[in-house]
Amino acid sequence: MSSLAATVQNIFDEPGCAKNGSKSEAERRNGCTRQLQPGSAAGGCAFDGAKVALQPFTDVAHLVHGPIACEGNSWDNRSAASSGSDLWRTAFTTDLSETDIVFGGEKRLCKAIKEIIDKCDPPAIFVYQTCIPAMIGDDINAVCKAASQKFSKPVIPINSPGFVGSKNLGNKLAGEALLDYVIGTREPDYTTPYDINLIGEYNLSGELWQVKPLLDELGVRILCCISGDGKYREVASSHRARAAMLVCSKSMINVARKMEQLYGIPFFEGSFYGIQDSSESLRQLARLLVERGAPTDLLGRTEAVIAREEARAWAAIEPYKPRFEGKKALLMTGGVKSWSVVAALQEAGLELVGTSVKKSTREDKERIKQLMGQDAHMIEDMTAREMYKMLKGAKADIMLSGGKSQFVALKAAVPWLDINQERCYAYMGYVGMVKLVEEIDKSLSNPMWEQLRRPAPWEALAKAREQMQSAMAASASDPALAETARRASKICVCNSVDLGTIEDAIYRHGLRSVVAVREHTNVVGGCCQRRIEGMFVSEPSDMRQAAE
Amino acid sequence: MALVTAPTKACAVNPLKMSQPIGGAYAFMGLRGAMPLLHGPQGCTSFGLTLFVRHFKEAIPLQTTAMSEVATVLGGYENLEQAILNIYNRTKPKIIGICSTGVTETNGDDVDAYLKLIRSNHPQLAKLPLVYVSTPDFKGAFQDGWEKAVARMVEVLVDRPSANGLWYPSKVNVLPGCHLTPGDLDELRVLLEDFGLCPSFLPDLAGSLDGHIPDEFTSTTIGGIDVDEIASMGRAGWTIAIGAQMKSAAEVMQAKTGVPFRVFERLCGLHPNDEFMTFLSEISGRPIPLKYRRQRSQLADAMLDAHFHIGGRKIAIGAEPDLLFDLSGMLHDMGAQVTVAVTTTQSEVIERIRTREVLIGDLEDLEGLAKKTHCDLLITHSHGRQAAARLKVPFYRTGFPIFDRLGAGHQISVGYRGTRNLIFEIANLVIAHREENDRPTPDRWRTAPGLRRCSGDGSAAAAERSIA
Repeated sequence: MSSLAATVQNIFDEPGCAKNGSKSEAERRNGCTRQLQPGSAAGGCAFDGAKVALQPFTDVAHLVHGPIACEGNSWDNRSAASSGSDLWRTAFTTDLSETDIVFGGEKRLCKAIKEIIDKCDPPAIFVYQTCIPAMIGDDINAVCKAASQKFSKPVIPINSPGFVGSKNLGNKLAGEALLDYVIGTREPDYTTPYDINLIGEYNLSGELWQVKPLLDELGVRILCCISGDGKYREVASSHRARAAMLVCSKSMINVARKMEQLYGIPFFEGSFYGIQDSSESLRQLARLLVERGAPTDLLGRTEAVIAREEARAWAAIEPYKPRFEGKKALLMTGGVKSWSVVAALQEAGLELVGTSVKKSTREDKERIKQLMGQDAHMIEDMTAREMYKMLKGAKADIMLSGGKSQFVALKAAVPWLDINQERCYAYMGYVGMVKLVEEIDKSLSNPMWEQLRRPAPWEALAKAREQMQSAMAASASDPALAETARRASKICVCNSVDLGTIEDAIYRHGLRSVVAVREHTNVVGGCCQRRIEGMFVSEPSDMRQAAE
Repeated sequence: MALVTAPTKACAVNPLKMSQPIGGAYAFMGLRGAMPLLHGPQGCTSFGLTLFVRHFKEAIPLQTTAMSEVATVLGGYENLEQAILNIYNRTKPKIIGICSTGVTETNGDDVDAYLKLIRSNHPQLAKLPLVYVSTPDFKGAFQDGWEKAVARMVEVLVDRPSANGLWYPSKVNVLPGCHLTPGDLDELRVLLEDFGLCPSFLPDLAGSLDGHIPDEFTSTTIGGIDVDEIASMGRAGWTIAIGAQMKSAAEVMQAKTGVPFRVFERLCGLHPNDEFMTFLSEISGRPIPLKYRRQRSQLADAMLDAHFHIGGRKIAIGAEPDLLFDLSGMLHDMGAQVTVAVTTTQSEVIERIRTREVLIGDLEDLEGLAKKTHCDLLITHSHGRQAAARLKVPFYRTGFPIFDRLGAGHQISVGYRGTRNLIFEIANLVIAHREENDRPTPDRWRTAPGLRRCSGDGSAAAAERSIA
């Protein structure tokens, strides 16, 4: 067992990670997250990361050793779904008080473990270390070891106090704990040539169950999912799997790589987000299993399932194409998702005006270029204020991002969809992508946006009055001048259509929508859509009279 | 007198309590252009942030000094300095409110001294108010953090009035406890204005977290009380403190400025509002406006209509002390039995709660006792949802956090009108639950809940509770 500092160094030296591999020696030592800036940092701590990664193990009691903040402020905040036990949703914490900090919290921890065993008798207890007990020197490894022996039950120390680093590091530290204490400690009841592990999949909103039926149909068995809807017994015996898939995230790459090293389980990095990605992942899984000795007919059966599912999904997305025509999306998410979702959205007819590549590797960026062209707008880092400006300026019709930036979009009255972990809809697999397209359509076509963008009555009144006065003043003195001004002001820049033409068309034909204006004039109605909409709103009849 | 018992368990299960630092940060969110800053590891901020976002469905300004392991060993001066400079340069705040956390309290960072040093090293910060409050995670709870932060604000930000300075009798300071929502503050503001009074709320969450759409994007708070307005609070005629937790801040105000105060421990229910109205009428010299006479009558009528449903209910309620005292008092006044009461921290009001025993505990205690004593209405924050589902009883969400329902910021309990609506809401929950679950059938009359309740008489229930 190595010290925490050594484990952390070890994790930073990850040969399986492409991004890490491309760094210099010195960069690598600094770790895989940028240095935190006091006063402008965002994101969770290492404890958060460890908890996120392991909490979806449903039958385990998760005990947080720390003061109330660590668990009291954060429990029951994830939407992972369980097919069995709900124990993972019960919060256990030692709620350390001042006295514990003075005298040490080890005894309290030991008592807490006993209380949990007496009350719930779970198959295992995971004990999470936090900053304060780490500072005062509580040795949770020793307590867990003693408790395991005393109660004949696995009590697993998860050594990931918040201040050692970021959430991502915490994911990896959680993985190390599994490797050190859990994986390989039991044998499965039986094995099949079709046994696989899914690593780094958390079954948020139960989305794993949108893919599992396909695996079931192929006869592929998920021996263990780390950790979505996982059970302790499964992860303990997961070393007998024939192949593994590292799902949509590099956060647990250490687990995948070390399981390959230790138990000879080959793995690949795949994703079930997006149609082609889902197909590719199924194909890879089948290929790896066949290489490990599964009957070769699996390949053909997999292709048949892929063909059927793809056809269904594309057919379901087809009707949205005309509805999405000319609509622009901004995608602000990290890593693999930035390209795996791009393809599906493009297929549905959305134009992507930008995608964030903050967490992406060089390969990810290459794939984005392939999909979006060489001049793809890749956003390295964008402040909330810039994002707000971009949205307010109608440079995008919808933003897809994680929950933290939602208000940037919503307060700019721009549709927004959550595609990160806190979301309430499941977007995984073929059905998931169709669901995503449906949700985008629901959001884009909602008549609410149009109402919200209208000025408040007092603003509309003030604007109308102002326009009327200036127009009347101008036309009263010189009608020709007014007309010239009207003709000179370009509303649609793309096709060079002026204010006068559009106003005349609106007045003459009583037009009420941008589409109607498009029919009667040459306007594109894309970037000028808002400006035209503004003209229906104010609709100052006096102004037109004045103009005529 | 209720018996107050402390926990004996080593392991808290399903905590009711939240930590002090975020309670302190919450108070700073009621100041205009503010940036609350937690001096600790980034996780402390991140968890708090997520919690507030889920409750309010709003962008929340909350920063961190991002203490690393090494910084914790070496002391947090540099992190604090960098954080303040970064915030100052990036977001141009009008005030930074700093709360310590367990980590920086355990390693003994002397933040007051740090701030002096930072000020002397960076003269550009001379005009930027920096308010520091000590809020270790391992002591107290959310409400204590709020209480300390507001007292600190008064201490640091309110100007001592000059001897011949002006004094405005119609100006009233309101120090609301953290159990009041932005909606409550708006309700109170209108009420005070109707008496011709001119209220200053400290803090004023109604300006910042009432869920409005600002014209411009800012990364600090988007509203709240201005620092200048706080400075002038010493010239008010009265200070009204709402909730016992605000007494200390009111005392600081009086000691510093001489403004007299009155604490209203409750503003939910008929009698507390009668007192409040009387007081407002006295200090304003105006009669109680007709509007409120009407509202009082409406509340009385609501009580008549709802007592059939609330009267006799056995209630299990878990909340922070002031909210617990206020709500359980109102329900007791409506004839409900406050059978189980669980709270988070010590307070002078809890022994006056109208029940036998108040436990400083967690939601496991609340659920276990509620089950044992056959409670038929559960009241606590959203984390009680699992317990409610298991107990199969109607569940009223109140307090903080409420993350699985919308409109938490606009849930109102103060005033005649607020109480009236609250009573309707609780009664409707009870009615809906009965219709969905307790329809009479020919063969269940022997086990009907009403009968069961009668057979388990008071003494048996009390005996059960004393075992627990």
